[in-house]
Amino acid sequence: MADNANKLPKDAFEPLSDGSHLDNERIAAPSLTFLKDSWRRLKKNKAAMISMYILIFFIVLAFGSQLIPSVRNIATHPNLNNLPPRIPGIDIPGFNGTLVQGGQRVNAYTGDAANVHYWLGSDYLGRDLLARTLSGTRLSLIIAMVATFFDLTIGVTYGIVSGWKGGRVDTFMQRIIEIMLSVPNLVVMILLLLLFKPGIGSIVLVLAFTGWINMARLVRAQTLELKNQEFVLAARSLGQKPWKIAFKHLLPNLSSVIIVNTMLTIPNAIFFEAFLSFIGIGVPAPAASLGTLISDGQKSFQYLPYQMWIPAIVLSLLMIAFNILGDGLRDAFDPRTRE
Amino acid sequence: MVKYLAKRIFYLVLTLFIVTTITFFLMKLMPGTPLTNQAKLSPTEQQLILQQYGLDKPVWQQYLSYLANAVHGNFGTSFQFSDQPVSYLISSRIGPSLLLGFQAMVIGVLLGIVLGAFGAIRKNTWVDTTTTIISILGISIPSFVLAILLQYFFGLKLRAFPIAGWSGFMYTILPTIALAAMPLAESARFVRTEMVDVLNSDYIELARAKGLGKLGIIYHHALRNSLIPLITIIGPLAVNIMTGSLVVENIFAIPGIGEQFVNSITTNDYPTIMGLTIVYCFMLCVVLLITDIVYGLVDPRIRITGKRD
Repeated sequence: MADNANKLPKDAFEPLSDGSHLDNERIAAPSLTFLKDSWRRLKKNKAAMISMYILIFFIVLAFGSQLIPSVRNIATHPNLNNLPPRIPGIDIPGFNGTLVQGGQRVNAYTGDAANVHYWLGSDYLGRDLLARTLSGTRLSLIIAMVATFFDLTIGVTYGIVSGWKGGRVDTFMQRIIEIMLSVPNLVVMILLLLLFKPGIGSIVLVLAFTGWINMARLVRAQTLELKNQEFVLAARSLGQKPWKIAFKHLLPNLSSVIIVNTMLTIPNAIFFEAFLSFIGIGVPAPAASLGTLISDGQKSFQYLPYQMWIPAIVLSLLMIAFNILGDGLRDAFDPRTRE
Repeated sequence: MVKYLAKRIFYLVLTLFIVTTITFFLMKLMPGTPLTNQAKLSPTEQQLILQQYGLDKPVWQQYLSYLANAVHGNFGTSFQFSDQPVSYLISSRIGPSLLLGFQAMVIGVLLGIVLGAFGAIRKNTWVDTTTTIISILGISIPSFVLAILLQYFFGLKLRAFPIAGWSGFMYTILPTIALAAMPLAESARFVRTEMVDVLNSDYIELARAKGLGKLGIIYHHALRNSLIPLITIIGPLAVNIMTGSLVVENIFAIPGIGEQFVNSITTNDYPTIMGLTIVYCFMLCVVLLITDIVYGLVDPRIRITGKRD
């Protein structure tokens, strides 16, 4: 048989066609990776995209305004205190420097203040509310970044180690988490804040202490599922080191859980910072936080409502935007939830 | 079940012990003694005061006696009010807090179930969108902002409810709404997701194929099965309400433990802070224990092992 095959002439083998039919099977679109596919789904979600643009707007505004000296100025001007918002060229009640006093709208910008424009008004010490709100927003965003950092480092590591090791180590690590979960987060924060000097540093520390627990639990659950799968088994039997498996095989598969949960930790962190500042144990006096601004504004809410509205709206918008974007990301990574 | 219960109660006691220990030593690290501002006292007088508060003994003895007293519900004497035992301070103030928390939890969760169920049944219609918007707002707007706005519009502008204070049912309405917003939003979201899942399942299809009425299917098959997992988020919701109560009680001037906690923080009243920390922790532990037991009772899958697979 084999000899016969060898005897066949070369020209007995001819291509049937010029190969043009192969084109039918060609995939024209670039292949979609998991992240690209999720991004495509996220772009379809209008609410999430709007939230993302709002957040980008706030980030640019809060950090970019640092470059403009007139907006950075939060000096006190006792003679220019409690002035309502006044934006040059805009004549809408509420933004034209008028104020309701004794049932009548009067221009509050008289005397010394005639040529001053506080776009969002001034507070009881004559500080520019725009500058203070922006610096409060900046603080909230910084807190958000720090919370993300600790979530990613402590939370993810704790979860992977606990899930990967299993057995006694896992039981012990989960017991610690259970104990931490049975104390209200806020109480832990308050106890720690009493111990440290008030300030951004302590708030960051306190957030680091409490913020990672949820992430650790989710990552652990996911790791437990992943570690029994074939690709991990293959890596192990090839003698890969555990930490390399964690980085190369576990982390990419955990990425969606991690990203979604981070987006939901951020509003939580922003809330707690504002909350602690609101009850007066957050950032100390001259520094502005949205929480302290709301608490200051609350005192004169009846007569000077803008002093509370502005920080309250900014804080709520930040929280709403982060929550909607987080929801959108979850749906984008796990399309089953929205079908 | 008994074994599981015994194990859980053991962990509850262990948790409380650890929390008590940590708070005690944290408070020992705090700056200041009852004598910090009493420079004029003679050494003998100072010695007497220290003796009165038991502060002359070594720290480990103080710790043991604190622990022994705490087991009996005695948390020492408040620094803020003279001759007020902390336990009396707490027991006289815990009523309003429990009432508000309970009301907020019940109202929030019930309304949340209704909203979430409607959202799931009328999925991708305006009903669903409204539900989603309400839950996003409820989760996002901080309780203190909501409380101030409610107080301003319903208390001051419309004069429909009292602005602040605590003397009757009318006084509980605004704070309850402020506290209920979060549980409402969370449970609406949770029920909606669960119910969408359940409505897509085979047994609902079967029920429909058998010709059961729409209402019957929703009530008997869909809603009941969606509600079981809701029990698991009661614990986190209780934490939310406790957190919210600190500011909401302050804003509405309600004589509860939340208001007391914030006051104690600003006046450095350490014994009260410690006592309240333990009480908060105890309440949360009890809520978690009860929800776990109830979950075991209603969900046959976890009845025996005490764990859901």
